Amino acid sequence: MKKENVIQVENLTKMFGDFTAVKNISFEVGRGEVFGFLGANGAGKTTAMKMLIGISKPTHGKATVAGYDVLTHAEKVKRNIGYMSQRFSLYNDLTIKENIVFFGGIYGLSSSTIKEKSQTLINELGLHDKANSLVGSLPLGWKQKVAFSVALLHNPKIIFLDEPTGGVDPITRRQFWEMIYREASKGVTIFVTTHYMDEAEYCDRVSIMVAGKIEALDTPKNLKGQFQVDSMNKVFLKLARNIE
Amino acid sequence: MNIIRYIIQKEFKQIFRNKAMLPIIFVLPLIQLIILSNAATFEVKNIKLAFVDNDKTSGSRELVEKFEASSYFNVMGDFPSEKLASKAMLKGNVDVILEIPPYFERQLLKNEKADLSVIINAIDGAAAGVENVYINQIVQQYNKKAQLELLFTNSSGKQLQNIETIPSFWYNETLNYKTFMVPGILVLLVTMVTLFLSGMNIVREKEIGTLEQINVTPIKKHQFIIGKLFPFLVLGMVLLTVGLIISKLLFQIPIVGSLGLMYLYTTIYILVILGMGLFISNFTDTQQQAMFIAWFFMVIFILMSGLFTPIESMPQWAQVLTEFNPIKYFVQVMRMVMLKGAGLSDIYPQVLKTLVFAIAMNALAVMSYKKIS
Repeated sequence: MKKENVIQVENLTKMFGDFTAVKNISFEVGRGEVFGFLGANGAGKTTAMKMLIGISKPTHGKATVAGYDVLTHAEKVKRNIGYMSQRFSLYNDLTIKENIVFFGGIYGLSSSTIKEKSQTLINELGLHDKANSLVGSLPLGWKQKVAFSVALLHNPKIIFLDEPTGGVDPITRRQFWEMIYREASKGVTIFVTTHYMDEAEYCDRVSIMVAGKIEALDTPKNLKGQFQVDSMNKVFLKLARNIE
Repeated sequence: MNIIRYIIQKEFKQIFRNKAMLPIIFVLPLIQLIILSNAATFEVKNIKLAFVDNDKTSGSRELVEKFEASSYFNVMGDFPSEKLASKAMLKGNVDVILEIPPYFERQLLKNEKADLSVIINAIDGAAAGVENVYINQIVQQYNKKAQLELLFTNSSGKQLQNIETIPSFWYNETLNYKTFMVPGILVLLVTMVTLFLSGMNIVREKEIGTLEQINVTPIKKHQFIIGKLFPFLVLGMVLLTVGLIISKLLFQIPIVGSLGLMYLYTTIYILVILGMGLFISNFTDTQQQAMFIAWFFMVIFILMSGLFTPIESMPQWAQVLTEFNPIKYFVQVMRMVMLKGAGLSDIYPQVLKTLVFAIAMNALAVMSYKKIS
C-alpha cells in the first residue's frame, strides 16, 4: 500500500530581497509520521515552516499541505493544521480554560464541543486545580503542554511544532514526546523542529537544513550509517562542518 | 458571528483583567477633562500695564483711571520714561505700555484728535490680540466720554457720532469659555483613548507572538477585526457618556440637542479612529512605533481641529488640509448639537464626510491587514 503523503514540497524557495532564506527544498511527509526538521539557527527552518502553515508566501515552488496548496488555499490548509510556535502562543492574561474556550471558539467549534474538549484536556494533563489560574503563572513546561493540547483542539491532520521544548526540563521534555507519540499513533502527522539531537533520534525521519538547503533527509538510523557515526549529534556536526 | 463573539469576550476579559490599564482608560481622561476645561481659557486677566504719562493733566489721569477700574488690568504705575517701561517689559514685569504724549488733553480738546502709543508684548500672539481688544474698548469708552464733554464745551454744533455696537452672543450668551471648550476637550479624550488603545492592542499581540497564532487559524479577516475593534467602540461610548455627565454636572454645560444624534455621530466617528488605529498597527511592529505614529497624527489633528485656533484664520492650504481632519468634524458636531441643538439636517455634511472616512479608513485597514506575509 502506498503511503499517503500529507505534506508535499517541491522546490520551495523564499527570498527576502537578495537574501535567499530557503533554497529549492523538496520533500514529503507521510500520514502519521514524526518528521524532524533540523538545522542550525538561521538555517531557514522557521521560514520554511511559516510557508507550510500559510503565513508566509513562497517566492517560488509549490507546497501542498493536507491536500491544499499553501499559496492558493492557505485558509483551507489552516483549518487542517495545528501550530505551536517557539514563542509562547497562549494568552498569559487568560486562564487555561479561557484559552481553550477562545481558541476552540475561533476554530468554530460548538460550545458543547469546547466544554467537552476542555474537560478531557484538563483531565489528561492533570490540571484540575490549575484550570482557572492564569497561564502566565504556570511553569514553562506546563505552558508548552497546554499549548500543544490547545493546538490539537480542532483535530488537525498535521501539527507543526516550532522548537516546542526549548528551555524545558528533561522530564517534561520526555512527557512532551510521549504526548507527541500518542498523537502520531492516532494518525496525526507531526512536523517538529528542534535543537535537541536526542529528540531527533525519536523522529521517524529527519531532514537537516544548512544555509537554506536540505542537506540530508533519511531515518536517524540511515543517517548515522551514511555518516558512519553513532549519534545524531555527530551527524549534525559533521554535516554542518562539511558544508562550511 | 459566533467567532466574533469569542474574540469580543476575550478582549473584554483582557481589558478588565488589566488592573493597571482600567484606571488609565477611565480615570486619566476624566482628570484631563476637569483640568483642561478649567485651564484652557481664552480670557486674559491680570494684564500688567505700565503707563508713561507725559501729559500729566486731568484728562490723562482719567484715562489711566479707566484702566485701573478694569478688572483685566493691573496698573503697575507711572514710569518716568518709555525707555524704563521697555526695560521692565524685557524683564517680563510689564505686558502692555501705554504712552500718553505731551499735550494729549489739549490736542484732544482742540483737534478732537490725539494719538496714544500702545506697546504690547506679543510673544504670546493670541494673548496680545485679546489685550489689544481690551485696550481698544477702554480707549473707546474714554473717547466717547471725551467727545461728549467736547460737545458741551465746543458749541460748533458738530453732530456727535453716536454709534454703539451692542454684541449679543448666541448659543453661549455669557461667552463662557468652558461651554466652548468642554465639548471640544471631550472630543479629544474620546479620540485619544480609542486611537491609542486600538493601535496598541493589535501591535501588542504582534509583540507577544499571539498574532502569529491567530494568523494560523482559519479565522476570517473581518471576523478578527470586528471582534478586535468592537470592544473599543464600546469603551469610547462609555467614555463619552461619563464625559457628558461630568460636563453637565460639573461645568453646567447646556446639552440642548439630541443625545441620540450625538451618539449616532460618535459611533461613526469612532469607527474612523478605530480604522486608523488598526491601519497604524498594520504598519508597525512595536507598540513604541505605533505610539509615535499615533501621536504624530493626534497632534496635527488636534491643532488643526479649530478647537484652539479658528480654522478661518489658517492659511488657505491649511484650511484645505483640515477638510481631512475627523476631529474637526467631531468638534463641530459636538458644539452644534450640544450648544445649538442642531438636528440631523444641520450636521448632514459632517455626518456624510465622517461616514466616507469611516468606510475608507476601515477598507484600507482591512486591506492592509495581512494574515500572510
